[in-house]
Amino acid sequence: MLKRLFPHPYLSLTLIVLWFMLVNQWKLGSLVMAVILATILPLVTSAWWPDRARVRHPLRLLGYTALVFWDIIVANFQVAYVILFIPRDKVQSRWLTVPLDLKSPEAVSLLAGTITMTPGTLSSDMSACGRALLVHALHAPDPDAVRDQIKSRYEARLKRIFE
Amino acid sequence: MTPILQTAIELIVAAGLVGGGFFALVGSWGLIRLPRPMQRLHAPTKATTIGVGAALLASSIGSLPVTGTVSIQEWLITLFLLLTAPISALFLAKTLILRGEADPDLPDPGTGTPWATLGQERPDP
Repeated sequence: MLKRLFPHPYLSLTLIVLWFMLVNQWKLGSLVMAVILATILPLVTSAWWPDRARVRHPLRLLGYTALVFWDIIVANFQVAYVILFIPRDKVQSRWLTVPLDLKSPEAVSLLAGTITMTPGTLSSDMSACGRALLVHALHAPDPDAVRDQIKSRYEARLKRIFE
Repeated sequence: MTPILQTAIELIVAAGLVGGGFFALVGSWGLIRLPRPMQRLHAPTKATTIGVGAALLASSIGSLPVTGTVSIQEWLITLFLLLTAPISALFLAKTLILRGEADPDLPDPGTGTPWATLGQERPDP
């Protein structure tokens, strides 16, 4: 019964926290509205998210978020450098194939989002079977190193969190 | 609030605004300067995210001397930007691949199946 009412407990909790951040005040009325939203939204959208997400170590997600935030800042300096200082015809853009070890869809989408936000890479497509990501690198003289970094820095961590 | 703290907050706010403006400008400049469509996608996904993020951080801290608290709503905007930027970038990239306007030398997926955008169309479940 409780499972039917709250198909995604993490999503419901996140929605409650987000609603309180949005209204920016602690009142009972806000809590009622937050609970209503946290009940209705996961129910309405559950058709597109049939399986319940399994997060083995939710606390480690915080460390991962901090790492990604740091990398986003570094990424911006790198991209700014490429845009401003590297001559237009010297920018070596490449496609990379990143084979995936992750299986959980939530982990794969987190990885794809991370790739897009971090150093000069953009996740562009996925193989039809979902076992490889197509990544576009803005400036990668050594594509293999970029792929190895994605696999060791992000995918290994996500694998420890989700699987 | 002591004058030193006040000055420190003003310095942080100023740094956030100037830095954010700089990165937003670089992102827009990249849109003009980079020659190929896939390269141009890189500029708005990254440079503008930190550009807007830094400006919002400045706005969040800037309300500290006025109201006495840090405003939380700006953090939400940053969060939603981080959530939506990869998705819109993915849609644009898939469109470019499907229309054949991306760089043509796509690598092999190495899984025996084609890239999802170029594969057989599947009916909606």
